[in-house]
Amino acid sequence: MTLTVGSSLVERAERVSAVAAAHADDVDVKGRFPREAVDAMIAERLLSIQIPAALGGEGCSLSEIAEVCSLLGQGCSAAAMIFAMHHIKLSSLVTHGQESAWHAAFMRRVADGQLLLGSATTEGGIGGNLRNSICAIEVEGDTCRLTKDATVISYGAEADAILITSRAHADAASTDQVMTVFTKEQYTLERTHVWDTLGMRGTCSDGWLFKGEAPKAQIFPKPFAEIAAQSMLATSHLLWSAVWYGIAVNAVSRAQAFVRAAARKSPGVTPPGALRLAEASNLLQLLKSNTIAGLREYEVAKADPDRLSSMGFAVAMNNVKIASSETILVIINQAMLICGIMGYKNGTPYSLGRHLRDAHSAQLMISNDRILGNTSNLLLVHKQDTSLIG
Amino acid sequence: MKQKIRDILGKHGGLPVPVDTLSDDADLYAAGLSSFASVQVMLGIEEAFDVEFPDSLLNRKSFQSVDAIARAVASLVGNAEAAE
Repeated sequence: MTLTVGSSLVERAERVSAVAAAHADDVDVKGRFPREAVDAMIAERLLSIQIPAALGGEGCSLSEIAEVCSLLGQGCSAAAMIFAMHHIKLSSLVTHGQESAWHAAFMRRVADGQLLLGSATTEGGIGGNLRNSICAIEVEGDTCRLTKDATVISYGAEADAILITSRAHADAASTDQVMTVFTKEQYTLERTHVWDTLGMRGTCSDGWLFKGEAPKAQIFPKPFAEIAAQSMLATSHLLWSAVWYGIAVNAVSRAQAFVRAAARKSPGVTPPGALRLAEASNLLQLLKSNTIAGLREYEVAKADPDRLSSMGFAVAMNNVKIASSETILVIINQAMLICGIMGYKNGTPYSLGRHLRDAHSAQLMISNDRILGNTSNLLLVHKQDTSLIG
Repeated sequence: MKQKIRDILGKHGGLPVPVDTLSDDADLYAAGLSSFASVQVMLGIEEAFDVEFPDSLLNRKSFQSVDAIARAVASLVGNAEAAE
């Protein structure tokens, strides 16, 4: 176990990133859970940094968490994505669970035991729209029960607890949803799909039939619609953007190492990839600016639930996600052109195949077409923000 | 005004239940109003009342119930009594 006392958050994240990087290729090839990286996160107590200090955490801001996501993304995309997804779930607890005795106590448990939180928002038959559920939670006395055909639960087998959505009751409309925390001993999972994918293989996002029973106090007191709008939407777009930025940074670093190696071999001659590197650096800065602007907007809005639920905020977060997810592919492709066959080939210091495959998930996890459709609908009434600084 | 709002909700709200079954203060989101449909309702209301919602009113709260919509519209037409 590493002692974390006296280290900065960045130093702790860098140590985890180094562990993640050492196993990233193996995690990718085998499509296995990045156990070493997650153990390192636990050792550095990174799983509770978002929890308020009063509940045993460190009260880190979303920007600080995004910085960790980016550092981890530079080592291993899957480990970074798992860290991001855990903190997206935690943001719902921190934002909406503090007034509930059970949820506050659970946050303390997460901090004490460094518990890993999973998410089950997708379901067979809803067509990828997480703001719809088919399954309904059943409340009887003080107990609630839920069965859900969850087509994706990322690292479901490894999670210590799952935050799961459902309709609020048997007669509820499909959009009238609640979210409930179930801890590992309160549910069973039966694997229905195996996650064998192009990239992000280590997130092990298998499909599961979830069956759980728990005290009804574990149902979030707020409707899921509010949770989605006020914590999940923003944190997922922002933390994912930070992960993708990290992947792109590593790709550009590899491309730069390639160009510098060529330049050192023939001083006085500008290597052919140098101009493309300048372009990649430019795009990387754009991606960084986009992510930072989104984080800043969130930090300003977070104290104001009305602003978080506003159309302007939703449009801004949607735009951050679209821009980041599209730009990383261009950047990594550019890096691949710079490194040539050495980038295309696996097992070289300049290999970029894993980066490119992982990056392709960005446009699909919450489909960009769905997000653009949502934005285009909002723009029918919401007026475009015309300010520069805000 | 509320009847006009209810007509628009019936036409564009895509609710799984008839609007008549909902009280003026019933939560429209709990009744199944999706974010897509809420925008269509806003457009219908802008057209019907010849108003334009400023961004400050474009949030979930303004469209939470028939009462809330009526209040929002009333604030725009500048006649609080019209909300009754």
